[in-house]
Amino acid sequence: MSKKIVGASALAGAVAMALSGATLVASTTGASAAKEKCYGVSLAGKNDCAAGPGTSCAGTSTVDYQGNAWKSVEAGTCVSMAVPGDRKGSLEPLTRDLPA
Amino acid sequence: MPARLSELSDEYNVTQDTFSSLLLDPEIPCPKGLVSPSGKADAKRFSVYRNNVVVGLTGALADIFPAIQRLLGEEAFMSLARLFVADNPPTSPLMFKYGAGFAEFLEAFEPLANYPYLGDVARIERLWLDCFHEADAPPLALDALAAFPPENLGDIVFEKHPAVRLFSSQFAAVSIFSANRQSAAMDGIDPAAGEDCLISRPDAQVDVRQIPQAATLFFQTLFDGHTLGEAANAASNLDAEFDISMAISTMLEAGIFSSCKINNEDLGETGQ
Amino acid sequence: MLNATPRPIPADHEYLAECSVPARAGAGLKGQHVDDILSDEYKMGFFEVHAENYMGEGGLPHQALTEIRNNFPITVHGVGLSIGSEKGLDKDHIERLAKVVDRYQPGIVSEHLAWSTHDNHYYNDLLPVPYDQATLDRVVSHIGQVQDRLKRPILLENPSTYVAFEQSTMSETDFITEIARRAGCGLLLDINNVFVSATNHKYSPEKYLSEFPLGHVGEIHLAGHAEDKDDDGETLLIDAHDRPVADEVWKLYKDVVTQMGPIPTLIEWDNDVPEWRILRREAKIAEAILDAVPEHPLLGERHASAAE
Repeated sequence: MSKKIVGASALAGAVAMALSGATLVASTTGASAAKEKCYGVSLAGKNDCAAGPGTSCAGTSTVDYQGNAWKSVEAGTCVSMAVPGDRKGSLEPLTRDLPA
Repeated sequence: MPARLSELSDEYNVTQDTFSSLLLDPEIPCPKGLVSPSGKADAKRFSVYRNNVVVGLTGALADIFPAIQRLLGEEAFMSLARLFVADNPPTSPLMFKYGAGFAEFLEAFEPLANYPYLGDVARIERLWLDCFHEADAPPLALDALAAFPPENLGDIVFEKHPAVRLFSSQFAAVSIFSANRQSAAMDGIDPAAGEDCLISRPDAQVDVRQIPQAATLFFQTLFDGHTLGEAANAASNLDAEFDISMAISTMLEAGIFSSCKINNEDLGETGQ
Repeated sequence: MLNATPRPIPADHEYLAECSVPARAGAGLKGQHVDDILSDEYKMGFFEVHAENYMGEGGLPHQALTEIRNNFPITVHGVGLSIGSEKGLDKDHIERLAKVVDRYQPGIVSEHLAWSTHDNHYYNDLLPVPYDQATLDRVVSHIGQVQDRLKRPILLENPSTYVAFEQSTMSETDFITEIARRAGCGLLLDINNVFVSATNHKYSPEKYLSEFPLGHVGEIHLAGHAEDKDDDGETLLIDAHDRPVADEVWKLYKDVVTQMGPIPTLIEWDNDVPEWRILRREAKIAEAILDAVPEHPLLGERHASAAE
């Protein structure tokens, strides 16, 4: 593989430090802000009950008018998050026919 | 029922081929053979089935991709989801498996071309749900490595836990995913800055950890069956600042392995 | 090999050997209710789960259901087998169902008189079948296939429908009676579905129930429905499971259990799912009706006189 640059003693030291919990403390006290950012933990946040979609044996009273048109994304928060560059694109509504 | 029913021509026989072809296409009228009590085809009645299917499947996508829904807004999301559903109905009755291909769909959708990170955010959401439903296995104990003599640590190989995924994005997909799963603001996120993450399920809950690129290589090397020493070397070669100790803490905390042992190449084994 | 301490889920899934479902009220299990259910002093008669939601390999759904199964009888309700399918059953899916049934040993296993998969596409809705001889033969054969694999009888549920097939040659009750007779399966009588279909197709729900083979019924379902209009402006009910059970359905339920005697009765609430206490309140209404049912139901007498 790659040229050996991590010696056995360095590895042993790293494992010892990990096992001592020193790195965990560093990441939670903010002593190492850069590392904390790099190893951000549990970013998914609350996922208490979310199991994704369930199967249903019911119909629905929600009415979807099944328009064929793509509607604008104006309502979304991603309008402020465009990636600059020469990518083509428009937020204008676009009508797209459904395939037969 | 009148006896003449048995003599009806085939056009009154509505097969499941016919029925299903109508479900995702609102342009085709209700077939003749499906009737209301007044004995005639009734578009509103057939549209109940269409509505159930479309609302059910777009709702499933909303459940799988909540961050994408927040990014696009509900109306735009549902509009997009409807287009996706029409082209890609599920192929399994397990609804939690739906939505493969949604990321590619978002990337190929021209009006969203200025938001190229959406595909990767969707991929992280799909991986999140994969991990949620993956098989159970006891994770490696936090102090598992303490049982090995220091001189043998470099020769340890690991068995990956089933509920673990790595993902690399050329965009800030991890931060964007995280902010939108938590309904937080996205201030300060540079969408064009690449990010990696480690998705795991140390207990019943799925965690997504942002990790440095070298850590991705470190974990992937271990997943591929290489030794701890080899993984440390590979990661350190990629990034001289790579913090092995932090990576080892993370892998133990995140429960990404189910077992480990000294690699004995003489026996030709790296795992069981 | 080094391993962590054993996980809390018993690896061999050792549950109470028997899981008989009491003739009480139960509720459809929702993940968000699990904690409230386990800490509730009121003990529901049983919980029903959709089989497909437990066909993942592991994780929280199985942990939660294991907890429930260790404290309550459960029933498994399949929604994805597509028993009415023209193109045969998906053997992989039967195996998945068998795995869930084997793991949780439910007191009752049920499925629907409907189809949902065609040409490898799953529509996530219970779609209607025509009531003719070809469909009857197919459904009977499919139920046999499932029962042979599970090595136990299943219950088949009557559907809510919004359109009728002109090609139908028999009534729904004749069709279902014949299925039960030929397939040797039991029936799940969904009284909300009876009311929804009866309203939608303009027949009397009382007459439907008088023609329904109650002797084969092993479980009852109750749920709420939504109201709409068809193209002619006629009332069209939607089986939405998104609100309390309607008064008319409660009345039909009372009539049925007075005839049949107490029977496991499930409250389904699948859309706009309320807090646990609201769902529990619906179940308690059913439980009160069951409690008031006489010990010697009329059905027994009817059977006895029919045998003479």
